Amino acid sequence: MASSDGEVKVLGTWSSPFVMRARIALNLKSVNHEFLQERLWEGKSQLLLQSNPVHKKVPVLIHGHHTISESLIIVQYIDEVWSSAPSILPSQPLERATARFWAAYLDEKWFPSMRGIGMAEGEDARRAAVGQVEEGLVLLEEAFGECSKGRPFFGGDRIGYLDIAFGCFLGWLRVTEKMSGIRLLNETKTPQLLKWAHGFCSDDAVKDVMPETEKLAEFAKMIMSRVKGAATGTGKS
Amino acid sequence: MKQMEYLFLFLEQNCVIANNMGEEVKLYKTWSTPFGLRVVWALKLKGIDYESIDEDLSNKSDLLLHYNPVYKKVPVLVHNGNPISESTVILEYIDDTWKQNPILSQDPVERARQRFWAKFNEEKLLPTIWAIFTTEGKDLEEAMAAWVENLKFVEEELKGKKLFGGEKMGLADLVFGWLANLIGIFEEVSGLKIVDERYPLLLTWMQVFSELPVIKETWPPHDKMITKYRALYEKYHPAK
Repeated sequence: MASSDGEVKVLGTWSSPFVMRARIALNLKSVNHEFLQERLWEGKSQLLLQSNPVHKKVPVLIHGHHTISESLIIVQYIDEVWSSAPSILPSQPLERATARFWAAYLDEKWFPSMRGIGMAEGEDARRAAVGQVEEGLVLLEEAFGECSKGRPFFGGDRIGYLDIAFGCFLGWLRVTEKMSGIRLLNETKTPQLLKWAHGFCSDDAVKDVMPETEKLAEFAKMIMSRVKGAATGTGKS
Repeated sequence: MKQMEYLFLFLEQNCVIANNMGEEVKLYKTWSTPFGLRVVWALKLKGIDYESIDEDLSNKSDLLLHYNPVYKKVPVLVHNGNPISESTVILEYIDDTWKQNPILSQDPVERARQRFWAKFNEEKLLPTIWAIFTTEGKDLEEAMAAWVENLKFVEEELKGKKLFGGEKMGLADLVFGWLANLIGIFEEVSGLKIVDERYPLLLTWMQVFSELPVIKETWPPHDKMITKYRALYEKYHPAK
């Protein structure tokens, strides 16, 4: 049985929304931990390759001699190990299933569609990509109403699993809004989510790990120019 | 009044006592979907009585579209009128709701491990097997190379274990379960060798898994599966 004893470290990067999930969860539980920053552009560290040999990706949670990978799995692990602190997952099976469903939707459909806006070539493609993201946000606005039941977060009065799963993307969402000039979260179509986003980002567990939009935007520009440079350099399209 | 008492006594003595008396459980799936089969296994493991509704995906029922508006897919579990979609979400819901014969251990490390491998199956094995089944030439070579890489990890994970869950079946076994039936079918239909003697632990697992009481005799009819997948294979390989 895993106890909460043992050193806790998060292996990750400051810009990754997935890494942020692990850090927010630990902050919610007031677990002291070390943040080990990977410098992925310099190549992956030995520690990363050893602790996540299958995917070689961040985040990795190192807890004593255990290593846990995959951000949502890490969040559930944290919730289960530090079980006396406020719960991250809801307690009712149906609410848990709802939270898991939407978290999976965010990872499998919504976030890829948002990344698609940045990668779209041509106005038509961009409009189509934006349309997909906006459709998703309308679904999530509805889900928010059902999950929150009038309270400030998906998890109710406090940040929960789905808040973490979705909220981690807000930095990149703001960068996308800035670069596209489109307000994806707005008073007309997503008034509840707009309010929720503000509350999420101001939360004590979140505010120190959510990167500033400016810094992320600069980082995004740098990545895009590298990706484009690599593409033309190797002659791949 | 006496007649009613006799009726209730008769019912009590003669009806199958499932672990979910008074609860309505329905499962929307198709006759062949491995994703639906996972849910069948979980329900059987827990002794849950359920109604099975096989959908025709070319003509989806209004109820399915109502219960799963986001994806419009099977399987969907409907428990007392509440729909739950996405097979791994359903499996965890079943485990959260009915506590007998757990699919996940109480140990958070082990739970994380089972979830990790379940996700690995969904994100790595399934897309790769689909690529193997549907491509040819260089694309097929690449898919096979990726498959081999993926299988190495799976084989490694089985070292020292009878099942992915250890001594008993766990979440990862249910999610990997499709291998024990579909690999044989794909190999027969395509002529390719997909899981060979380089993976003795996996081959043994496939056999052990198939023999488990909950799994045995749940596979869809073999001939029907061959017909279905042969037609699908020919669609992607018209010359053959």
